[in-house]
Amino acid sequence: VIYILVVVPACGRALKPGSVILTVTKLPCTMAPNSIHWFRKGLRLHDNPALLEAVKGAGTVRCVYFLDPWFAGSSNLGVNRWRFLLQCLEDLDANLRKLNSRLFVVRGQPANVFPRLFKEWKVSRLTFEYDSEPFGKERDAAIKKLAKEAGVEVIVKTSHTLYDLDQVIELNGGQPPLTYKRFQTLISRMDPPELPVDTLSGGLMGRCVTPVGDDHGEKYGVPSLEELGFDTEGLPSAVWPGGETEALTRIERHLERKAWVANFERPRMNANSLLASPTGLSPYLRFGCLSCRLFYFKLTDLYRKVKKNSHPPLSLYGQLLWREFFYTAATTNPRFDKMEGNPICVRIPWDRNPEALAKWAEAKTGFPWIDAIMTQLRQEGWIHHLARHAVACFLTRGDLWISWEEGMKVFEELLLDADWSVNAGSWMWLSCSSFFQQFFHCYCPVGFGRRTDPNGDFIRRYLPILRGFPAKYIYDPWNAPESVQAAAKCVIGVHYPKPMVNHAESSRLNIERMKQIYQQLSRYRGLVPSTNGNGTGGMMFYSPGEQQPGHNQPTHGEPPTPPPPHLIVQRSSVASDPATTCLLPASSVGGSGHQW
Amino acid sequence: MCRGIEKQWEEEEVGVDWGRMPQEILLHIFQYLPLLDRAHASLVSRGWNQVFHMPELWRCFEFELNQPASSYLKATHPDLIKQIIKKHSNHLQYVSFKVDSSTESAGAACDILSQLVNCSLKTLGLISTARPSFMELPKSHFTSALTVVFVNSKSLSSLKIDDTPVDDPSLKVLVANNSDTLKLLKMSSCPHVSPAGILCVADQCHGLRELALNYHLLSDDLLLSLSSEKHVHLEHLRIDVVSDNPGQHFHAIKKSSWDAMVKHSPKFNLVMYFFLYEDEFGPFFKDEIPVTHLYFGRSVSKDVLGRVGLHCPRLVELVVCANGLRPLDEELIRIARRCTQLSAIGLGECEVSCSAFVEFVKMCGRRLSQLSIMEEVLIPDHRYGLDDIHWEVSKHLGRVWFPDMMPCW
Repeated sequence: VIYILVVVPACGRALKPGSVILTVTKLPCTMAPNSIHWFRKGLRLHDNPALLEAVKGAGTVRCVYFLDPWFAGSSNLGVNRWRFLLQCLEDLDANLRKLNSRLFVVRGQPANVFPRLFKEWKVSRLTFEYDSEPFGKERDAAIKKLAKEAGVEVIVKTSHTLYDLDQVIELNGGQPPLTYKRFQTLISRMDPPELPVDTLSGGLMGRCVTPVGDDHGEKYGVPSLEELGFDTEGLPSAVWPGGETEALTRIERHLERKAWVANFERPRMNANSLLASPTGLSPYLRFGCLSCRLFYFKLTDLYRKVKKNSHPPLSLYGQLLWREFFYTAATTNPRFDKMEGNPICVRIPWDRNPEALAKWAEAKTGFPWIDAIMTQLRQEGWIHHLARHAVACFLTRGDLWISWEEGMKVFEELLLDADWSVNAGSWMWLSCSSFFQQFFHCYCPVGFGRRTDPNGDFIRRYLPILRGFPAKYIYDPWNAPESVQAAAKCVIGVHYPKPMVNHAESSRLNIERMKQIYQQLSRYRGLVPSTNGNGTGGMMFYSPGEQQPGHNQPTHGEPPTPPPPHLIVQRSSVASDPATTCLLPASSVGGSGHQW
Repeated sequence: MCRGIEKQWEEEEVGVDWGRMPQEILLHIFQYLPLLDRAHASLVSRGWNQVFHMPELWRCFEFELNQPASSYLKATHPDLIKQIIKKHSNHLQYVSFKVDSSTESAGAACDILSQLVNCSLKTLGLISTARPSFMELPKSHFTSALTVVFVNSKSLSSLKIDDTPVDDPSLKVLVANNSDTLKLLKMSSCPHVSPAGILCVADQCHGLRELALNYHLLSDDLLLSLSSEKHVHLEHLRIDVVSDNPGQHFHAIKKSSWDAMVKHSPKFNLVMYFFLYEDEFGPFFKDEIPVTHLYFGRSVSKDVLGRVGLHCPRLVELVVCANGLRPLDEELIRIARRCTQLSAIGLGECEVSCSAFVEFVKMCGRRLSQLSIMEEVLIPDHRYGLDDIHWEVSKHLGRVWFPDMMPCW
């Protein structure tokens, strides 16, 4: 607050001309603020409204990113994730240099360091992009409190998601939608996403400057992988180079290719789809090197141009909307990544089996299709989404019956585009632990790969030991005659593991387990069996569009609103074995009080 | 009873004396409580404790046997188990065991079973919740525990022993003691049982209404036995056809045996789960077969699906996990035409042209109550694209329908 003297000419008043009135007025400080823009995700200068708020009318701006080297070394995240991040930070720094600014990579934790920075840099404004994840919201609430205590204004802007997720939830009666179809319905009723804002430029910065010390490199420079404790000897170059610059190049290529594939049809899956594509965008969306809104609008523009049609279908934005769906489902659920205590997750009696888990994680299952995918994942940090389905199914409900939480942790370590919400949500989906979908379909670890890439080139590429096998046997080399194995210089059980399970037997067992669980759930919930008259022994489950008689009739195929927390939402098949129905009277709730 | 209480209230002019609540009411209330809450309630007073131990509350019990090293879930407390065996084993009627993948858990289940000497069970279920740990026990250990129950119960009605090392001699004991009462027997994947063993059950247990077993146990004799005059109408027969080795040969069942079944039990459901390699389907679907629920867990060829259309007139539900990348247009249309009872279908990794799919749905019409098609199955053609096919299908189904979607991020 400052006081200023205002001199007002005394004209038109009952005073002698020429006299003045002195008044004293309190005004808020109008000195240009010192801003901090806090990068977490949103590692870009384009479409970054919070960043623009930082520089608007500011005297100085410093863009910070917090990195705790100790945390990095002990974290679960693999080298590809760290490298990608560091490349993003390098890119940010390089682009900021073009604007006479720099990136400040601050070592430490935000809660510990911010108070010092607020003082040292005389900060009065803090900006950052909204983080919808529960952990992020909690962290940000704490920082906001710190900022308030230090008299720092906090400005938060949404730009990591297309929509305001709380609005979506509100539109759905206060609960996040649990089917993708429902989610699509809701957003089709909302206003379209906001347009991307301008890229930070010299013009937008105006008079705002960034004071850079001589010791900036030492103090605030982007660390190297070695500094974080990684051994980089022999590390192959990144298949997915990080950074905004790379992202923006890719999106142009991506759109060119889309326009080529006239009509925007869903591309048929083939062997090539499995390989990393120079137009792939998912890691860049995850880190925020690429604005999802920019992608959205570029897709829209391109569609309108090519199809001369101004109403693109929602399927055009599939990739973006799935991401948005999982963000929405997770934002109000701190236990979204757990089975226990997670209101939307079915409690399934997964097997605890560290050896089996390790085999899967380390690509030693003995199923070349699975092992090749996991090898690609570890080496490069990305796998095709159908490959994800295959390995996730294999780990959980298909073959190994291991908890999806374990798989999620491995993906968190290795997969570049897996952030908390999307990773957990996808794993729950793929393990049939949530989201109302069917589980009858099990991806065969032999057949699925064979149908996708009949020649087996993908296998040969990532599992060179199997190169000598002909296409006929490369997916199930254990069935190859000894002579073939010898010719391939690879004896199964010696040079490459035997298959760790018998898929037919495992899938039979597991499908039975799943059925039992869902039947138990439906009985527990007291759901009325269908009146089809065929209620025996089948596999079918109600798809989300179905409606059970006697329940609230939802609109647009949306299942009834989820029940209160600790009860599970799923509805199971009507076509249940009467065998199981006869087995225990419906009122049985014995045992240690478990739900099932 | 209630009026009695009212009067009591009037007389005492104070609040209800919970300690003097009639036992029948407490029992009724306790039946709604989960076990843990009931146990807490039992500590309130002697009276409540008595109710907690009334036989009616101990008719059903599910033993959950888990080890921390192999499961994330809690187990039934060992003290509780001891108490049940001591105080309530003669009350137990409907019992199931849920065991995790550790051999200890399966062993613990057998120990409990061996102690149920005063028990007259009506229902027994042995359920492996992960890997089939009962199979890892020494066979004799398992069968001797099981026969304790068979011998003592004498009125077993439902028995679920899938994935266990049960054998022919144990089944003989079962039959010797429970042939009049046995209605349901689920024993899929019991490799130590032979066709003769199961035939013995069918011959003696004339009340058997539901049976689940693996294909290798199925024989013409078995079907004829189940259709004999003495036998009740069978309601449900489930058969798992599982390949242990590629190129495995499966025996054929005569059409006449199936015909006898249908004649004897016209409404019975025949549920078949196939887990075979594509080239192992030789003996199947060559003749008419009364299957009602058909599940193909692995890839199945166009040819076989064509045969299904020809030979499965009673088909109600069909699930195809995978087929391959040649459109199943003709096969689906034929199924729509000839399987007039079909009301549920699920397609996984298959391909069907949108036009053929619409035709299929049109032919089936509103009898299709369950239609679960993965999005990738539908191939757009000149008439329908992916964005409009769901309208057409919804129209013919009479309700809103969308294909199943999988995340693609």
